[in-house]
Amino acid sequence: MLADICTRCLTAKTSPQKGRISLTFTEMARSLAGFLVLVLVVSICEGASLFQPISDSHRSAALELFTLDHGSFESLEETYEALRTFQILGMEKKPDVTAAACRSISETVGSSSSTPKDLFYALKANSIAECKIHEKASKGIISSLNAAVRGASSLLDFYYSVGGLVLIKDQNSKDDIHLVDAEGVFRSVKAFSQSDGRWRYSSNNPESSAFAAGIALETLAGIVSLASSELDQSLINTLKNDISKLFDSIEKYDDGTLYFNDKLVDGHEYQGPLSTTSSVLRGLTAFAAVTTGNLNLPGDKILGLAKFFLGIGVPGDAKDFFYQIDALACLESNRVPIPLILSLPSTVLSLTKKDSLKVRVTTVFGSNAPPLAVKLVGAFSSRSKDASLVEIQELKFDQVSGLHILNDLPESIDVGSYTFVFEVVLQEAEDEMVYVTGSQTKVSIFVTGLIKIENSEIVILDNDLGSIESQKKLDLAGKNAASLLANHLQKLRLSFQLTTPRGHAFKPHQAFLKLRHESEVEHIFVVGNSGKQFELVLNFLGLVEKFFYLSGKYDMELTVGDAAMENSLLVAIGHIELDLPEAPEKAPRPPPQPVDPYSRYGPKAEITHIFRAPEKRPPQELSLAFLGLTILPLLGFLIGLVRLGVNMKNFPTKPVPATFGVLFHLGIGAVLLLYVFFWLKLDLFQTLKMLGFLGVFLVFVGHGVLSHLAAASAKLKSA
Amino acid sequence: MAREKSSKDNAQALFHSLRSAYAATPVNLKIIDLYVGFAIFTALIQVVYMASVGSFPFNSFLSGVLSCVGTAVLAVCLRIQVNKENKEFKDLPPERAFADFVLCNLVLHLVIMNFLG
Repeated sequence: MLADICTRCLTAKTSPQKGRISLTFTEMARSLAGFLVLVLVVSICEGASLFQPISDSHRSAALELFTLDHGSFESLEETYEALRTFQILGMEKKPDVTAAACRSISETVGSSSSTPKDLFYALKANSIAECKIHEKASKGIISSLNAAVRGASSLLDFYYSVGGLVLIKDQNSKDDIHLVDAEGVFRSVKAFSQSDGRWRYSSNNPESSAFAAGIALETLAGIVSLASSELDQSLINTLKNDISKLFDSIEKYDDGTLYFNDKLVDGHEYQGPLSTTSSVLRGLTAFAAVTTGNLNLPGDKILGLAKFFLGIGVPGDAKDFFYQIDALACLESNRVPIPLILSLPSTVLSLTKKDSLKVRVTTVFGSNAPPLAVKLVGAFSSRSKDASLVEIQELKFDQVSGLHILNDLPESIDVGSYTFVFEVVLQEAEDEMVYVTGSQTKVSIFVTGLIKIENSEIVILDNDLGSIESQKKLDLAGKNAASLLANHLQKLRLSFQLTTPRGHAFKPHQAFLKLRHESEVEHIFVVGNSGKQFELVLNFLGLVEKFFYLSGKYDMELTVGDAAMENSLLVAIGHIELDLPEAPEKAPRPPPQPVDPYSRYGPKAEITHIFRAPEKRPPQELSLAFLGLTILPLLGFLIGLVRLGVNMKNFPTKPVPATFGVLFHLGIGAVLLLYVFFWLKLDLFQTLKMLGFLGVFLVFVGHGVLSHLAAASAKLKSA
Repeated sequence: MAREKSSKDNAQALFHSLRSAYAATPVNLKIIDLYVGFAIFTALIQVVYMASVGSFPFNSFLSGVLSCVGTAVLAVCLRIQVNKENKEFKDLPPERAFADFVLCNLVLHLVIMNFLG
């Protein structure tokens, strides 16, 4: 829409004609008005989305997503994620999962070549699976982790080693594990921080991310808990500053959810908003657990983050599922304000069934909220955008179901689409510190009901006088079989009244009358309205051409429908015999009706190929007879030769020319034989090859004999 | 009546004179003439056959007829070149003409055999 306005502005500037500019301005005004309406609608729609807390559908999805692959999980990280998810959702520990976990944990713990990362995840999984670790093995782990801390250079090295030490300290409560030079380690981790609240992964990698910030906060919290003596308070205060700077970089979606995200620099390193936000929350919660005093995190931001995780619904990927559940568990951990979510079991209410408005307020995991009251502070529809249709009222709390209920919808709420605005008020003053509810919550509600259809009738009127020719009352709820007659000089009038349950006028999405001719040609007319009265007048005089001059029986069908209408209808009213004049020469033909697709696209008749009939050949005897006849002239030639007295007297007698002569004749014979073979089986190339040899031979030999003969006859001539 | 008789007589006299004149031609030319006659006769028989049964393998018919006609034409050329009374080819030895005849016939028959199918 904006682009439209801009292009029109440009055309207004460049067009020289005044008339065009004025037209453009009115169009601009219209598009501007439309744009403003769009902005208003968006502002109402903003925040009008519903977030449902974690429910049993999550639990069943978890069972499907976290499955054992050949008796074990892919890695220790996944083992830990599965165990933690089941623990948070309160699902029973499955023995095969626990057994598989214990197997991989003992394998990793026992091996001396395990990296700090493997040990970290093994210990994390063990904190839930509670498998036994040998004394010797745990001593070995402690020493290797301590060595790792001393030799750590990147953020992840510190994370795994410090995290591992914290976990093993929690699991073996007898050993007092401390970090040597905790302050030094703290400072080296802090060195990776940046001024905008983000953290780098190592000193040579300049890229920073919020994900790394979450990891760093967790690490620093671990260092604080492992320190043997109190750390310098100023260090912790600077960290609180970093956290507030990190919150400045929080991003926002249109529906009011908040999240942390990193810039996409390198595809491999990129963690999406889900894992980044989850990591930051984990770090925050871990840090809040070890510090005294308040972190002063803004409550509405916590609520926005909770809505972000709930807005995902049920993720389809195991890792995404873990991030969502783990982050929401952090929000319920009492270290940060606990967000309370307002949800509705159903947003579609029926006036006919006298549905009551039910609202539930729970924590993100669906657990009970502290004593509170829910107030309906406003209801807005597309017709009244600013003025609320209801007065401020409190919903009654039902102890048994845990729902806040408004029993009867106010009279001002008719069928249609509304935005209800709720406000949650905590009843105990001290809960205000612990819980966060947010300001007003907007929810879209859709109200349906039965629409009364009254006074429906169909009338044929005489055009000139307007007098009624025939009139039929219709019962649109039941069956109708009205049979009417009309010619092109008359008018048809269909009318009915629609009233909402509250008695107001109602304009449905669809109000059509369809006339279908016997030849399947259809015409659809929209029934217009003024207030409650719906009326359609068909003046056949003007419609003759539209109907393609087709006279005959037309079936009538009325459609009245709307999403808010519980009794939408599509009824056959009856039929009307129309008598229209003859079509003139140039009248348009009705459009071709759709053909049964199977007959057009179905298989066609099979074509049998007719082979070329072979030529009629003459009977074999005739051909052989003529073959004989062809030999006759040859015989005649030979006989003639004898009669003429041919002789071989001129054949050379000397040996050399004689051989030449003989070879000459043989050569010609060979060539003729070659031709016979050519006809029988050789191909042209083979023949030509042979012919080449024979030809050369023949030339030599022929030249020899003929030159001898020529010399002999020349000698005779001169002699 | 008299004119008829005289025309018949004239035709007979013409025929006789032709016969006697022809008898005077040398033997080698007569051989060539016989050869030409043989070739043409063979062609005629082939045409009669085609007329009676249809020209189905038309290429075969053509190659048959053309071989006869072609060899007849070459023989006629040979006769012209060998004829001693023909002043134009005085310097051409008849053996050379015969060699040409043989060569051209071989080429003709190669083409004919290819076209015969």
